[in-house]
Amino acid sequence: MKINRSIEEINEKIKAGKAVVFTAEEIIDVVKEKGLEEASAQVDVVTTGTFGPMCSSGAFLNVGHPTPRIKLNEVSLNSVPAYAGIAAVDLYIGATALPTSDPANLKHPGDFIYGGGHVIEDLVSGKAIRLEASAYGTDCYPLKRIETTIRLSEINEATLYNPRNAYQNYNVAVNLGPKTIYTYMGVLKMNMGNANYSSAGQLSPLFNDPLLKTIGIGTRIFLGGGLGYVAWHGTQHNPSAKRAENDTPVYPGATLALIGDLKQMDSRWLRGLSFLGYGATIQVGMGVPIPILNEEIMRYCSVRDEDLYAPVVDYNRGYPYKEGTELTLVSYADLKSGSININGQAVPTASLSSYAGAREIAGTLKDWIEAGQFTLTAPSAPLPSIEAEIKLNALPQKDPDKREV
Amino acid sequence: MIKQKIVLRYPPHVVEQPTIYHLIKDFDLMVNILRADINPKKEGRLMMELSGSELNYQRAIEWLREQGLHIMGLEQQIIWRSDRCTHCGACTVICPTEALAFNRPEMTVSFDEYKCVVCELCLRACPARAMETLVENSNSK
Repeated sequence: MKINRSIEEINEKIKAGKAVVFTAEEIIDVVKEKGLEEASAQVDVVTTGTFGPMCSSGAFLNVGHPTPRIKLNEVSLNSVPAYAGIAAVDLYIGATALPTSDPANLKHPGDFIYGGGHVIEDLVSGKAIRLEASAYGTDCYPLKRIETTIRLSEINEATLYNPRNAYQNYNVAVNLGPKTIYTYMGVLKMNMGNANYSSAGQLSPLFNDPLLKTIGIGTRIFLGGGLGYVAWHGTQHNPSAKRAENDTPVYPGATLALIGDLKQMDSRWLRGLSFLGYGATIQVGMGVPIPILNEEIMRYCSVRDEDLYAPVVDYNRGYPYKEGTELTLVSYADLKSGSININGQAVPTASLSSYAGAREIAGTLKDWIEAGQFTLTAPSAPLPSIEAEIKLNALPQKDPDKREV
Repeated sequence: MIKQKIVLRYPPHVVEQPTIYHLIKDFDLMVNILRADINPKKEGRLMMELSGSELNYQRAIEWLREQGLHIMGLEQQIIWRSDRCTHCGACTVICPTEALAFNRPEMTVSFDEYKCVVCELCLRACPARAMETLVENSNSK
């Protein structure tokens, strides 16, 4: 390889205001026009982005101590329960938590109008949040009940910690059954009435670094409109997923655990969502800058929707009951055209992830880098990739009372 | 000739009047009912397309008002809150009339209120709940 650039060199150029940055969408034409070698020589950074529903998200809060002190036991924020099984006034509000009074799917399909994701959005937008908590009382923490309000600016810490975000590829959901179904992939009409997908494709961070050669623990990113970091690999991280020739997985692959200070984020990029008949969740905006260290990294970043594939999966029986595999593979170019062909049937497509949002995030990250406000980081440690040979486990339904040898 | 989509809101006391009969018989209008939500002795709502001569249409509207009915344009019924919309596109495969459409290559959602027939399917299919209705009814909740 002729190009060999270090993160330090790139950061020097960023600080001098001389870094050349393109988004993962723009770079496609740059590489097409100039060729891989010349483009690699000229471009320092490629920015990516994605803005999709990401259920495995939530925030750790420290709300401070009242007088007298309290050891929170059962806590709710705007009636949505938070987890308090950690230190006295620490808690975790998860994106899919629902008020105990929510009728859920008793009247199917339920609306799920407000949940943990909405609490996070309201917190970030500066609204007062009603906190109600009970405690059993101890000698050191005597208070047994509190009803008050909190605001993001008034609490000690608010750390967004999302155990699984930024899925590297995802299923395309269809419904082969005879009636409408309500899923985390949206409303799916009977007999393949629609096909819903959820990835930014060519702009998606992990599609642009398929083997995790630049993204690792400690990578600084755009998260929720502010700064964040890659904390770890995400849950269900599956770098062993089958790959195409361009090294991108054709099934859900790698995932990232992300962390960042909620106080500097923007509610525009953390949005509470209500999935009819499924539940509440949050739409997270995140983006990763990829340093063009050499031609190989540039080749990965120049990947196009035409070369990225996703599996079409039936969510009537196939996914919930693990019956059968995918129906076919389709390209993101076809998905984004508005219609795909499945076994001779033209099926209209829709996305759950906002491509317009992904484009804006990649553009914002590009602006930050060009303005010298955002420098790149070398990972503290790599994330497990193919060589880790990770295999995902299923949950066996064992007799819990039977003694295991 | 005029062709207009309108919404009639019936106060409870006029719900049982044969309004449509009069529109056809007395005003020579063609009536195409798009949607009706009529219950005995309760406030009702009727969405329809009226066509006929301009004069007859204006006289009919005047007569409807005299009967105590509220008349609104169909396009005022469903509101797209662009500030809530994240432009994912999930609504565009649910909307039956392409009033909610996905624009390529911009990859953004747009709402054409003149194509909307107020089926209200989008209200709950939108995860960000960016679609709203002004009218209280059993289907919007």
